[in-house]
Amino acid sequence: MENRIRHARTHITRNEDLIFERTSPGKSGVELPPLDVPSVPADQLLGSDFHRDEVEGFPEVSELEVIRHFTRLSTWNYGVDTGLYPLGSCTMKYNPRVNEVVARLDGLATDHPYAPEALAQGCLRVLHETARCLAEITGMDAVSLQPAAGAQGELTGILMIRACLAERGNPRKYILIPDSAHGTNPASATISGYEVRNIKSNAQGCVDLAELDRALTEDVAGLMLTNPNTLGIFEAKIAEICELVHSRGGLVYMDGANMNALVGVARPADFGVDVMHLNLHKTFTTPHGGGGPGSGPVAVKRFLEPYLPLPVVEKTADGTYRLDSSRPKSIGRVRAFCGNFGMAVRALAYILANGYEGLRQTTEDAVLNANYVMTRLKDLYDLPYDQPCMHECVFSDRRQAARGVRTMDIAKRLIDYGFHPYTTAFPLIVSGALMIEPTESAGKTELDEFIEAMRAIAEEIEEDPQFVLKAPYSTRVSRLDEATAARKPILRWKP
Amino acid sequence: MNFPDNLKYTKDHEWIRVDENIGTIGITDYAQKELGDIVFVELPKAGDHVTAKESFGTVESVKAVSEIYSPVDGEVVAANPKVQASPELLNADPHGDAWLIRVRLADRSDIEGLMTAEDYEAYISQEKAH
Repeated sequence: MENRIRHARTHITRNEDLIFERTSPGKSGVELPPLDVPSVPADQLLGSDFHRDEVEGFPEVSELEVIRHFTRLSTWNYGVDTGLYPLGSCTMKYNPRVNEVVARLDGLATDHPYAPEALAQGCLRVLHETARCLAEITGMDAVSLQPAAGAQGELTGILMIRACLAERGNPRKYILIPDSAHGTNPASATISGYEVRNIKSNAQGCVDLAELDRALTEDVAGLMLTNPNTLGIFEAKIAEICELVHSRGGLVYMDGANMNALVGVARPADFGVDVMHLNLHKTFTTPHGGGGPGSGPVAVKRFLEPYLPLPVVEKTADGTYRLDSSRPKSIGRVRAFCGNFGMAVRALAYILANGYEGLRQTTEDAVLNANYVMTRLKDLYDLPYDQPCMHECVFSDRRQAARGVRTMDIAKRLIDYGFHPYTTAFPLIVSGALMIEPTESAGKTELDEFIEAMRAIAEEIEEDPQFVLKAPYSTRVSRLDEATAARKPILRWKP
Repeated sequence: MNFPDNLKYTKDHEWIRVDENIGTIGITDYAQKELGDIVFVELPKAGDHVTAKESFGTVESVKAVSEIYSPVDGEVVAANPKVQASPELLNADPHGDAWLIRVRLADRSDIEGLMTAEDYEAYISQEKAH
């Protein structure tokens, strides 16, 4: 009975061939019925402009080969449905299946974006209700669901700030951004026509009020900040920060990427934020990754409402809904139709399924989980900003780096323990950052397994750093040459 | 780590070497180590102007994209084509072959406020302790 299996089938252990490498000439996945009309060459019928002949060598494979190829590839994925996905700053939480059931209801799934308003009342109501809920959660007065992702929400928000200040007489020149910010913040400000000025964090990892005071010249259009910040720390002086910016005629933009730490507990409008975005694909359980698609609604105070992107869903006096496209001060369209409508449906399903109490509980669980991980790992991993965290915690690889092992190496080894890596090397203000966000989706057993894995890796590094430097061992491929892939990319769609 | 004595250093981890009124500018050994494998470099063209403490280009590594700040005011007389074609040079020889730009200094006294090798080494060990 020994060695009955000499070797496993290749798809169990090895890389999958490209579908082009599986081709065998003449094979076809479909069989068309014989023509009952005379055949005409396609280019003759369509005109040469519409006939493509530059694509050669399409794979010739059977239907079953196609199915197996893509099914195998799909099993290589690691997603929130596979296990813990503690990718800091990304809020990779469970996407409840009830969201999918609701999004597939006939009236919602099959309505056409060009349907007349009278036939789209249900969909318009979903948009209106979702915006109303998000306004209530953020404390803001008006919401646009159009932006397709967080960064587009940032761009939309900064363009509104610009439009508002321009109307007051001067759009100004600079946007201030803390050095702990997401990289998208400076990009959005720059594309909106502003120059970015960085402000350094203080020893607690928060905005330094004196530094902010110095930086706030009369040329500053506003401050763009994330709260809690990317260290997972709540800006305790946020009300003073907003007041200071306002006193110099600037506006405050909040990056809502970390809203999973605030929903149901604190409202950005109350602490002074003028405009912000939300990530439905983070905080509100719509799919994140795999193409999402994302959704980054923007929420504003009343005075910015005239600048919201078009169209705006309105509820009329007789209780029906309509799309308002006649707002002369609007920054215009930012996205086709009404944004990624299906994501609004899922977010609304999530909000209504949880209710006030549920949403608050979610936030509390997310914060509790992050603090549990932080507390149980800080004896082995260096914690540069040692204080209670919000929804995520950030360690430094300083102790492990002394043995030659960096955050990326620890992340690679974590794959062998069956977990998706945490976020590596971000935020940049922590040298060799390990950014861990367990979210509320993780139960205690799973958190304990993760903690044990991290503790075991720390021990391995003490005993045999070389072993960790060669991880992962359990995957089909191990250390990919990321540097050469970026320096000399070979981009092609066939072998 | 390497801190050549003939260079002056900035807090943003650039170095400059001045011969007559031409300054050669690059990033430090410490900077390339912190950035990791460098995959792309974007530099100004000859004839462009650079301003002290303002960004003149970017360096992209597998970890992050970083701005490079000019230590001095001046006019670019050359950008290093070798480092643009082979960014990995920055990891191999940051103080030598992988210089980034040469600048005709507007005012030689710009370099007086910069750090010596000794100052910079002390500054780095302080940064690391943070």
